Amino acid sequence: MGEKLLMKGSEAIAEAAIRAGAMAFFGYPITPQNETPEYFSRRMPELGRVFLQAESEVAAINMVYGAACTGTRAITTSSSPGISLMQEGFSYIANTNVPCVVVNAMRGGPGLGDIAPAQADYFQATKGGGHGDYHSIVIAPHTVQEEADLMFDAFELADKYRIMVVVLVDGLLGQMMEPVEFKDWVDVKKFKTPEWATVGQGDRAQRNILISFDILAEGLEKMNLVLQNKYAKIRENEVRFEEYKMDDADYAITAFGTVARIAKTTIELARNEGIKIGLIRPITLYPFPEKVIENRASNVKFFFDTEMNEGQMLEDVKLAVNGKKPVYFHGRLGGIVPTAEEILDEFKKHLGG
Amino acid sequence: MKTIYKVPSAITSRDTTYCPGCTHGVAHRIVAELLDETGLTKKTVIVWPVGCSVFGYYFIGTDALIAAHGRACAMATGIKRVHPESFVMTYQGDGDLASIGIAETVHAAARGENITTVFINNGNYGMTGGQMSPTTLIGQVTTTSPYGRKPELNGFPLHVPEMLATMDGPAYIARGALDNPQHINQAKKFIQKAFTAQQKRLGYSLVELVSTCPTNWKMTPVESIERVKREVLPIFPLGEFRAVKGVE
Repeated sequence: MGEKLLMKGSEAIAEAAIRAGAMAFFGYPITPQNETPEYFSRRMPELGRVFLQAESEVAAINMVYGAACTGTRAITTSSSPGISLMQEGFSYIANTNVPCVVVNAMRGGPGLGDIAPAQADYFQATKGGGHGDYHSIVIAPHTVQEEADLMFDAFELADKYRIMVVVLVDGLLGQMMEPVEFKDWVDVKKFKTPEWATVGQGDRAQRNILISFDILAEGLEKMNLVLQNKYAKIRENEVRFEEYKMDDADYAITAFGTVARIAKTTIELARNEGIKIGLIRPITLYPFPEKVIENRASNVKFFFDTEMNEGQMLEDVKLAVNGKKPVYFHGRLGGIVPTAEEILDEFKKHLGG
Repeated sequence: MKTIYKVPSAITSRDTTYCPGCTHGVAHRIVAELLDETGLTKKTVIVWPVGCSVFGYYFIGTDALIAAHGRACAMATGIKRVHPESFVMTYQGDGDLASIGIAETVHAAARGENITTVFINNGNYGMTGGQMSPTTLIGQVTTTSPYGRKPELNGFPLHVPEMLATMDGPAYIARGALDNPQHINQAKKFIQKAFTAQQKRLGYSLVELVSTCPTNWKMTPVESIERVKREVLPIFPLGEFRAVKGVE
């Protein structure tokens, strides 16, 4: 760890990715995350790495796909409408088993929506998004420091499982400025071209073919089972969450990202009034921390899920609670960020019920 | 004893999946001969398309990828930018390159990406059963232009090399054909120059190859070759449209 710097989240993400060994960035401008590619565009050439502005998000993700097939650490960043355009590429990347990192600074939708912070792409990110039976690992930081830390983990997980990792943030986490301390630089001189990479056969005995295709159903089912086995390992080993003041909690709030951070203030306000609320904050949205929620269902009177959408993570919370306790919800739509007081007021409506 | 005919070592032992009279086989062969002659086979990554040549990696024995439909030039860009020492080719048909992938193609050309595209133009979507494509001729009957392609309804055939040749990024742009030995030799020479452009890092190179599709044209192989000469080449003339200094 080095010195503490005051940085915007959108720039801290880029700096962290660079220190984590991102060798190539491909992207297309979109608000509210333009500071991220702009930062890459300055820093990558200084380090002799690749920055390329693509002609579209469709091209950008396919450039990432190409670079990923060479085993190079590659990244793109975008926001909701741009991420929608990339879904085809995500699906191909999934079934080709190549690693990459994608940051989605979510904004209000559907359609052109607005440029305000939102969390309405949870379904798209965690359930696949493109066609076919696949998942990406989805990570949701809630502070600038955590954004910086998790970028390192994102690249490591991507390489470990040869999978796409989505870092799911929002415009608020991108725009806020906070002190941040970066982990040590990854030594990119130690990077080696992996055995599976398509860079020309060279001295390898076999040529490498990286495709998401098998014309025969029997073959394609086998490819799917490879993916499903990988996802089972990820669900087993990579679940991350934070429990905040859950030890003595009578109630649990579930929230991720920006809203989880606001909910921490809600919890302080509630505890000042003698209401013991805790927070379960999924850090990996896929794999979802279902066991901790299931276990806490025996301790708390009810769950209160709050998001900047109309109840998307709510479905996963309900599946984990499995009817053992009530799960209530409060959401704001279209880019409205709830206040801590508002969340508490909504929460209190369910007390004594 | 002098060898006058052999299978290029870049060709695999698999039988092709192409229809009788289809010129994909000829195009594969001249690409493979050039990979042999230039010694590039083991440095090469070919990005195959969606279309009849989606199976191309069965037949040409290099490292291989299959892009999403139309995205080959974007994918090839990603490879080449991070791995400039690899020799990177895309092989695409007219539906893939000139319709759904035209943006990726034009921008790869505009950026002067050091990649090479072999563009097979057979005037229809072969794999999906012969639908109209951007290079379908006026009046040509396809499964989605059953009354013939009409300009007022479907516009006009797209001349990709002519369009790309107006740009500053491409190093070498040409159109060849595969309908007779002279044209095949000429096409091979064009592709060799395209390879040179990439090896010398002069910019983007593309060679269109006017090809046949007997199955979807509902013609015999011989009739298909005759149609190329009679109907297609007058609309898609052969030649070099752009060659920067150093391409030879």
